[in-house]
Amino acid sequence: MKKLLSILVLTIGVVTAFAQQQEPEMADTMRSNGKIYVVVAVILIVLVGLFIYLFAIDKKVRNLEKKIEDNR
Amino acid sequence: MKATWWKISAVILLIYTVIGGLLFWVPRLAIVNETIRNLYFHVPMWFGMISLFGASSWYAIKYLRNPRVEHDIYSVQFAHVGFAYGMLGIFTGMLWAQYAWGTWWHGDPKQNGAAITLLLYSAFFVLRASIENEDQRARLSAIYNIFAFVAMIPLLFVIPRMQDSLHPGSGGNPGFNMYDLDNSMRMVFYPACIGWILLGFWIASTRIRIKLIEEKYFG
Repeated sequence: MKKLLSILVLTIGVVTAFAQQQEPEMADTMRSNGKIYVVVAVILIVLVGLFIYLFAIDKKVRNLEKKIEDNR
Repeated sequence: MKATWWKISAVILLIYTVIGGLLFWVPRLAIVNETIRNLYFHVPMWFGMISLFGASSWYAIKYLRNPRVEHDIYSVQFAHVGFAYGMLGIFTGMLWAQYAWGTWWHGDPKQNGAAITLLLYSAFFVLRASIENEDQRARLSAIYNIFAFVAMIPLLFVIPRMQDSLHPGSGGNPGFNMYDLDNSMRMVFYPACIGWILLGFWIASTRIRIKLIEEKYFG
């Protein structure tokens, strides 16, 4: 009985070790508690802000081009 | 140049890249773990750099065939933005290497090739700055530009594949074998590449327009 029990314990140990090997660590906690959305939102704010800025520069250049056209 | 549809597509693709790149499923791999998502941000920098340097040497060839100052301006501004992309590529690569390989600079064939490419292009800017005569500057730098682009191809795509390397796509394995296991990453990776390339061309086009105005008034 004792032998059987030790074999069982060892098997469970080996199986869990294998399971850990097959499942590399990922940011699962961050996903499960939804904090990842905060990161996504912050990056999106920065990105969209930079896009608006780039469009503003674009518009400035276009206005300059127009001014030059009109002066001709 | 005035059309905005491609700028808007760049915006949409990059917003999709951030959302998909951070939230969509990725394979669970040892060592890289969650950093596999860097694929959507680090690799497109190089694709962007290659596209911009390609455009740069395209206009260098155009200049040599027909020496108009506009071709020179196009060529140089594309090279500027391409160089910025390359720097971002090398810094993101160093940070990733620190976590995946254990050192910032591993001396990996791919890393060294990328560094040499950037040095080649820094020499391009040094060359331009050292010539006072405008026609000569444009002509010599156009010739050097074509040389730098041709030299970049073996440095990034041939030599790293002939040696053992930690970098994916090196040491004999072509392309993204490591990631080819699943198609879900491609759903984000390809749009990410297109988006980052379009953003590079957007910034370059703005620089070109400013330089063209400058040329008209103060050239």
